[in-house]
Amino acid sequence: MTDSISRETIDNEDIDTEFVDIIVKAGADRIRTCIQCGTCSSVCPSGRRTAFRTRELMRKALLGLKDEVLSSPDLWLCSTCYTCLERCPRQIKVTDAIIIMRNMAVDHGFMLPQHKKASQKLLSTGHAVPIDEANKEIRKELGLDELPPTTHANKKALNQVQEIMKRTGFKDLIEGEKTEGE
Amino acid sequence: MTEAQTYSFFLGCVMPNRFPNLEASIRLVLPKLGINLEDLDGASCCPAPGVIRSFDEPTWLALASRNLALAEMTGHDIITGCNGCYGTFKDALSEIHEHPARLKEVQKVFKGMGLKFEGKVEAKHLIEVIADLGPDFIKKKVTKSLEGIKVGVHYGCHLLKPSKNRPWKQTQRHTFLDELVEATGAESTKYKDKDMCCGAGGGVRGSQVAVSVDIAKEKLDNLIEAGVDCIVNVCSFCHLQYETAQAQLNKELGETRYQIPVLYYTQLLGLAMGLDSTALGLDKHVVNTQPLLDKIFG
Repeated sequence: MTDSISRETIDNEDIDTEFVDIIVKAGADRIRTCIQCGTCSSVCPSGRRTAFRTRELMRKALLGLKDEVLSSPDLWLCSTCYTCLERCPRQIKVTDAIIIMRNMAVDHGFMLPQHKKASQKLLSTGHAVPIDEANKEIRKELGLDELPPTTHANKKALNQVQEIMKRTGFKDLIEGEKTEGE
Repeated sequence: MTEAQTYSFFLGCVMPNRFPNLEASIRLVLPKLGINLEDLDGASCCPAPGVIRSFDEPTWLALASRNLALAEMTGHDIITGCNGCYGTFKDALSEIHEHPARLKEVQKVFKGMGLKFEGKVEAKHLIEVIADLGPDFIKKKVTKSLEGIKVGVHYGCHLLKPSKNRPWKQTQRHTFLDELVEATGAESTKYKDKDMCCGAGGGVRGSQVAVSVDIAKEKLDNLIEAGVDCIVNVCSFCHLQYETAQAQLNKELGETRYQIPVLYYTQLLGLAMGLDSTALGLDKHVVNTQPLLDKIFG
């Protein structure tokens, strides 16, 4: 009997057996109990309108297809609504698993340009969405202080926030020139 | 740890920097309910659970802990009006409570900075505090009944989920916000997929706008179908999504149907308490709120 389907769909060298261990260790400890029932996909608001399939992502993670998972833009279609996590019959922390894989993706240089921009804003102002001129005006019209009492109005506080991001390595992560797949 | 009802008011990013009208309504309404707000001087981004937590979790935990520490040092619990910030604080606190090593890790980052943090502070959403006061309490504050107004209530995601780490009695089919809306005399209208996400979170709004707006479109179509007079939400990011997505949809699709006024709960309640609509920031919306005001006061 000859195989009509290629046995080479997944190459052995594409399988990273440690990938799922890292996800388990980082908190999504029940991911191995996944039965591929598809509940996660069926409740996913992004999956309703795109080719993103949470079940597929979980399966690929379990298979150890690390490079494929981390480089896939699909990883960034999750709106973190947590419905899959709530409904999973195996109580897998699906959303947490996705966040863990996103952290690994960023660590390997896969970061969307818009996300890099928001991170740079956080680094320079302490806000991922900083104030603009129009809203300074609106604040005044509403009788509020022109600048909110946050890092926007407190240089010392901003320095502290920036120092924390230096210590945690966030500054290097965002400003360093990582190349994809590194 | 809170004496009376005084909280450290955490603003976040979107509320003070994009929708200060929501902030104004909160600052106006909450003290009238006996909830006093103290500014949390020097606070930063929470930081955002869908983006910053997705990029580097330890940075997210450290910055969240710093904001919590600022409140802890004042002796007040932290209060926020944004589901995203609420999610960050609830989940960061649960992380350090479940894994004491994570607290140590944060304290190490804080070394020499004058930040004392034990993780004893509590994080509240302002709607949680209002829900504790209860709909009967709210009813007594109402001087202008909003009878005849059909409201589409949007809870948002991070207010309710992960449910294991949220204070609500139920894990789904919540009613507390509907009850607080109906306490103003308005009607909370049923609509399809009410519990669905607005589509803004998780960095989707920031990086995949078309998908994000399409999720909002589905919800907006359902709200139009149900014939609501306005949307009421309790999250600055959901608020941003409904406000900006409607303008975007009208422009992109050559439509005019997406013009449902989007109100934050304290704006709706403020109107029912007889407060001035300009002071509540209702003239500062993306989607014109005048048709709603005409229906209430006309």
